[in-house]
Amino acid sequence: MTEPEGPATGQDTAVSTTASRLFDLRTVLALLFYVYGIVLLIVGLVSTTEADIAKAGGWNVNLVTGIAMLVLAIFFTVWVRLRPVKAPIEEIEGTAGDTAGPPGH
Amino acid sequence: MTTILAQGGQTDLRLDATVLDYLLVAFYFLLVLGIGYAARRSVSSSLDFLLSGRSMPAWVTGLAFISANLGALELIGMVANGAQYGIPTVHYYWIGAIPAMVFLALVMMPFYYGSKARSVPEFLYKRFNRTTQRVQAVIFALSSVLIAGVNLFSLGLLLEALLGWSLGVAIPVAALIVLAYITLGGLSAAIYSEVLQFFVILALLIPLTISGLARVGGWNGLKAAVTNGPGGAEQLSSWPGTSLTEIANPALSVIGIVFGLGFVLSFGYWTTNFAEVQRALSAKSMSAAKRTPLIGAYPKALIPLVIIIPGMVAAVLVPQLQVLKSGGTTDVTYNNALSLLMKEVLPNGILGVAIAGLLAAFMAGMAANISSFNTVFTYDIWQDWVKPGKSDRYYLQVGRWITVIGCVLAIATAFIASGSGNIMDYLQSLFSFFNAPLFAIFILGLFWRRMTGTSAWIGLLSGTAAAVVVNILVTSGVLALSSQAGSFVGASAAFVVGVLVAIAVSMVSTPKPAAELGGLVWSLTSKEERTHESHGEDSGWYRDPKVLAVGVLALTTILYIIFW
Repeated sequence: MTEPEGPATGQDTAVSTTASRLFDLRTVLALLFYVYGIVLLIVGLVSTTEADIAKAGGWNVNLVTGIAMLVLAIFFTVWVRLRPVKAPIEEIEGTAGDTAGPPGH
Repeated sequence: MTTILAQGGQTDLRLDATVLDYLLVAFYFLLVLGIGYAARRSVSSSLDFLLSGRSMPAWVTGLAFISANLGALELIGMVANGAQYGIPTVHYYWIGAIPAMVFLALVMMPFYYGSKARSVPEFLYKRFNRTTQRVQAVIFALSSVLIAGVNLFSLGLLLEALLGWSLGVAIPVAALIVLAYITLGGLSAAIYSEVLQFFVILALLIPLTISGLARVGGWNGLKAAVTNGPGGAEQLSSWPGTSLTEIANPALSVIGIVFGLGFVLSFGYWTTNFAEVQRALSAKSMSAAKRTPLIGAYPKALIPLVIIIPGMVAAVLVPQLQVLKSGGTTDVTYNNALSLLMKEVLPNGILGVAIAGLLAAFMAGMAANISSFNTVFTYDIWQDWVKPGKSDRYYLQVGRWITVIGCVLAIATAFIASGSGNIMDYLQSLFSFFNAPLFAIFILGLFWRRMTGTSAWIGLLSGTAAAVVVNILVTSGVLALSSQAGSFVGASAAFVVGVLVAIAVSMVSTPKPAAELGGLVWSLTSKEERTHESHGEDSGWYRDPKVLAVGVLALTTILYIIFW
């Protein structure tokens, strides 16, 4: 059984902080819900008919869901701002520390 | 062919999607492919590709963990159960998942993650021997490809019925999209899209539940309608669940739920299913690995509220389902409940989000099968068996190619699945063949140091054989059991036979020396080895796995009291 070359090899292509922030899953989630939220909000404001409201049991589902999605998107944006992805250097240290964990393996 | 979606022209299942809805669906898939493309830049070793370099934060692996389980078959099947049985369906979520997830986190994870095994078969090699690893790897590869085919076929049916695509086009197109994002980004891409999918599915389920409830006059309106309907008041309380188990005696029904569903089936599924466990193995640290199933357990406990309630609403609101429930003949089945309710209550706009969520759920199910298939194939079959000792770059290439081959095989098995009578039954029997015997030898090997390598693979094969025999007896009518009860009996038989055979063979073969079993057997593993770090990113009481475990058990208890 060959041990894999381990996370160390995975880290030699250190991505720049901007790239890792772009690729941060929270940013992707925020993007998805900004787009969905804005589209639903506009649909809710502009083209909601009485029939649509009756269909959903008396509330403007596109409008309310759109607003909820925008709130979620803002939450993810704030989270990225407050707790940005750590720089790659720290990542390596963190990973190495954990890998060294239990002795004997 | 008619399991997921009824055929015949009377009921129009086609959703009235507009250009706007299609644009919302298209945007979702662009984003998913974008993730695959972006993830590619961070993939430079086979460990990156197949286990995400063990670098994922716990909230990501935890949501991916639950999302890998929240496939569309599960979604459609559980809305259908909600429509048919009502509240007793919660057992699948609460007693049928939460205890097993807590057990996986606190008891099993120290051994899985601590052993540094990259897959469940590799763990079996460390605990037992090469033969056990290979037997399990081959069985697992086979079952993954078969299950991926079921997911792909159901996705094809969905596209055919909802959007009007033909099956011959829908299946390859869906396979291509899954292929694109996994080959590009490996497990990272699969895990990231699973988290995305988790949120999109909630964006489908929550408005659906609220609108549905609003239409039937709120929770009290639903209760009144169900009580006066053909199901009666028993569909509003979870225990004793006699309609669900098909056991008339209430006491036996409770025992059946607690031991059958709560122990054999659920522990077998949650603790050994590599498609799930792999998500935890990709976590950053032991603490994050332990937290993965626990973070997944919270949404698992709450999500039945937005799955089962819409099912119950559908049975009240949709005329065809009312007819079906009162015993009349109609051209729809309970499996249509989700799409019928979407059609009934969701206006355009949110409908596009809902379709994206449903399509995403099918793809995630297949992606989970394929991404665990390629890990097991690359490490356990190719690197440890067929072609050992090559460079890591070579195995990364193998991992990419086997993903392509896996998708092509899944297209083939999708057409096999199209020939089987009932997809859910097919899936249940696959689980009883593969998961129950594995759980038997796992649990025995973990707590009994005397268990030998030879006994493990013989026990595994005997357990599978037992489940296959039960399946043949049930399908041929020799054992008069419903398919639901049949898969439970099959799983129990596989478990019991697996344990008994493994004990018998262990008595006449030589165990591994104790020195090789540290970290692999409970009694030979010191408490320190099982304990996780609790400093830095793993500090804080809210990150303590025990606190999270107590929290989710308390939450489940409260939910059970509310829906007693």
